[in-house]
Amino acid sequence: MMLLSATYPDSITFVLCAIVVVGGGLGVVLSNNPVRAALNLVMTLFGVAVLFVELSADFLAVVQVIIYAGAIVVLFLFVIMLLGVDKQEKLGSEPLILQRVIAIVVGLAFLGMIIGYGWGNFNSHGSYSVIGVASGGDSGIVELAKATFSYYLLPFEVTSVLLIIAIIGAVVLIARSGPGEDEVKEDISAEIKTDGPKEGHENDVSVSEDKVDEVRSVDFTVGEEQIV
Amino acid sequence: MKLVFLIPAFPLLGALSLIFFGRKLKEPLAGYIATAAVGLSFIFSVVVWIKFLGFSGNVFVDHLFVWINTGSFKVDAALRVDPLSLTMVLFVTGVSTLIHFYSVEYMHKDIDFPKFFLYLNLFVTSMIILVLGNNMLLTFVGWEGVGVCSYFLISFWHERPSAASAGKKAMIVNRIADVGFLLSMFLVIHYVHSLNYSAIFAAGPSLAKTTVDAIVLLAFVGAMGKSAQVPLYGWLADAMEGPTPVSALIHAATMVTAGVYLMVRLSPLLALSPDVAHIITIIGILTAFMAAMSATAQDDIKKVLAYSTVSQLGYMFVGVGTGAYAAAIFLMVTHAFYKALLFLSSGSVIHGMHDEQNLKKMGALKVVMPITAVAFFTGWMAIAGVPPFAGFWSKGDVLVGAFSESWLVWIIGLFTAGITSYYMGREYCLAFLGKARWISESSKGKKKSSKKEDHGHVVDPHEPSFKMMIPVVTLAILALVGGLLNLPFASSLKFLDKFLTPVIAASPSYFHPSAVNQIALGVLDAVFAIGGGLIAYFIWSKTYEKPALEFTLFKNAWYIDKTGDVAIARTSTKLAEVTDNVIEPKVIDGAVIGLSKLVLAVGILVRKMASGFVRREALVIAGGLVALIIIGGLRGGL
Amino acid sequence: MSVDLSYYLILAAVLFTIGLIGLLVRRNVLVMLMCVELMLNASNLTFVAFASKLKDVGGQADVFFVLVVAAAEVVVGLAIIVSIYRKRLGATADDLSSLKG
Repeated sequence: MMLLSATYPDSITFVLCAIVVVGGGLGVVLSNNPVRAALNLVMTLFGVAVLFVELSADFLAVVQVIIYAGAIVVLFLFVIMLLGVDKQEKLGSEPLILQRVIAIVVGLAFLGMIIGYGWGNFNSHGSYSVIGVASGGDSGIVELAKATFSYYLLPFEVTSVLLIIAIIGAVVLIARSGPGEDEVKEDISAEIKTDGPKEGHENDVSVSEDKVDEVRSVDFTVGEEQIV
Repeated sequence: MKLVFLIPAFPLLGALSLIFFGRKLKEPLAGYIATAAVGLSFIFSVVVWIKFLGFSGNVFVDHLFVWINTGSFKVDAALRVDPLSLTMVLFVTGVSTLIHFYSVEYMHKDIDFPKFFLYLNLFVTSMIILVLGNNMLLTFVGWEGVGVCSYFLISFWHERPSAASAGKKAMIVNRIADVGFLLSMFLVIHYVHSLNYSAIFAAGPSLAKTTVDAIVLLAFVGAMGKSAQVPLYGWLADAMEGPTPVSALIHAATMVTAGVYLMVRLSPLLALSPDVAHIITIIGILTAFMAAMSATAQDDIKKVLAYSTVSQLGYMFVGVGTGAYAAAIFLMVTHAFYKALLFLSSGSVIHGMHDEQNLKKMGALKVVMPITAVAFFTGWMAIAGVPPFAGFWSKGDVLVGAFSESWLVWIIGLFTAGITSYYMGREYCLAFLGKARWISESSKGKKKSSKKEDHGHVVDPHEPSFKMMIPVVTLAILALVGGLLNLPFASSLKFLDKFLTPVIAASPSYFHPSAVNQIALGVLDAVFAIGGGLIAYFIWSKTYEKPALEFTLFKNAWYIDKTGDVAIARTSTKLAEVTDNVIEPKVIDGAVIGLSKLVLAVGILVRKMASGFVRREALVIAGGLVALIIIGGLRGGL
Repeated sequence: MSVDLSYYLILAAVLFTIGLIGLLVRRNVLVMLMCVELMLNASNLTFVAFASKLKDVGGQADVFFVLVVAAAEVVVGLAIIVSIYRKRLGATADDLSSLKG
């Protein structure tokens, strides 16, 4: 076996991490409590981070821990706490007919085919080190930075736009006003009318500070309609 | 000779000026402008003819401009001046001028007076283009122009349903025949790569015989429509719905002669194809005979003339088919004279009788319209072929051709000549001799003939005005002396024959009878003509009702129209009804509704897939992914 | 010599399948989102494995972008969940079937 041909510590690390990763994944899927699922997710993420180190992607491993485990999962937990949905889901029952059976069959078929087709072909035939030489340590990070800010400059900028959109979207979706919403809306509409049609344009960037809120709340109604 | 373009240009100019200023021009002026346009055209035809007599060659072609230029295929707009086209142009413009002049009075007080002359001018323009065209396509332009104008003119009084439908009939029958002409042209383009007549004739001998047969036969199909041969002759009788000058124009000078012209024009090809020539002869003699028989039983003064035209056209095709091309043209020219004469004098009768066309309600008009009666009598004598009138010489030539072809054709032709004389005599007697049926009707029938009074007409036949007499008398003189064009006594007297010889084919079968034979044939012609006329006189000058001699079969023109009606119109109506009642609701609607039902059923089925459950839909996506992988794996893509 | 590429790929496939089945089986929307994260991580693992194998830093850069997309997706997804929960308390994925045909 190839696994055995690897150096001993590497093999041990891989096996342990694989166990952690798969165990964490199964934990996410099988735990009743969402909080527990989130914690299992953290376990998986850590396992993957260790594998990243093993694959000499040190920087990504750190990013994985900080962003995924540190930010995203915390965000999950926040939402769980905030909404109080940490009650247990009944995993024993399944309302959709055959959903579970078909899901497992399809999933295993997928896995089987990936491995079946790929077995013996799990090799890369591409050319080596096109974008930059990947190596462990500092030089690897330098190369990654170079690649990100030169070769991948355009995608990088696009992701920044994507993040902005995501932030604005999240704000729009979440930050709706409470029960008093209708009054506020009326006030705004009245104000917008007095300001004339141009000012009332929803996406007008040049609106003054105190109007941002108002404009936003107009947006919320749009968002509400979309969701409902 | 460069002036040849002026011949079509003047009528065209007249038509254009009438389009733009017709409404402003007051009544007589528009007519006189149109007459002047055609008259100038005639004058220039004469000028060109005189110049041509001094011309050394046989054919003069005036290239106006390149019309179509597509790679190797090129069509010029070019006018061809040769003896044939000159002959045609001379009598077309000449007779047309007279008819135009006549129409000015005849159409007096018509609402659409300027429009009428616009159409007349356009008609003459088209006809001139038809005969002067240097290639088949230009001829076809004139051909279609003539067809369109005939539609306009036959339906001129379009508020009458019968006139409207007669125009449509003329249009449709001619379109059917035009397909033949078009196909003939396509064949010529394919095999000769040029539509120029000279090129076609030059290529003719090298073409396969079947190709020539097909070209000529298809062209003859076109000619059958235009020249009203069996079985496509129904439209010409219905064309009588148009104003009488139009009938004169269509029958005498323009339209119907186009088919004969085309066949004579193509005579170098036709001479290569004796089989088609036989077919043309048979159809021609059949038409001559059937139409003449039909003419014996008609009551409408113009219908008799219509069938006589068809019959005479049959004679012309007999001439074409037997290789007597010059004789066919000779008959065409003289026919133009006497048929225009007959139509115009019958127009005078109709005018005098206040639009009464029924022969049975006329009689004794000789007393009140003596000049018209003499003119009509001249026309009768001319068409009957009584010597020395024009018809005797021209028809004699054609019958000589028929005699050379087959004695059977000749006998039928001779017999038909007798019939011709008979039905024209019948018409003359009914209209001008006997009792004055119109008097009895108007005096005693105060109650009965209230129909007439409704229209405010008092039947008071009278000689038309002097202006209307001029063309009639001119034509009468021409009908009398037209034979001078081609007298058979000595070859030096055969002006038309000599003139035309360079451009028409000499048919190998053409028969040159000895002097004795010729005299014998001529005497027989004359005997039959006079005999037919005398029989008509003895029967019809005494009485006007003799049903025994007016067979319903002939009255209905051998039921050919009815047959066509039953065979084509009724069946297609039936087909349409079946389509409407069965195929439309069951098949087409069924398909459409079935399709919608299918879509609905599929939609109901598919709708179940859209459960709205996110997980179910995610499962479908995952299943699709797996399916894709399977397919990719089966095709070896992975 | 480190562990062979095949094992990383198989591990990634297994992880992806777990995420996939979880997504299809679980009703809690939050857990479903976590399963999506699992699948993303599986793909990240593949990228990094290939990057290591090919000695090419491009695979690592791709992971970078996947991270960003994942973050954005989680942010928006959670926002949607929050607003749904505000409308109807305790809703599961199966309650959101207004798209039913």
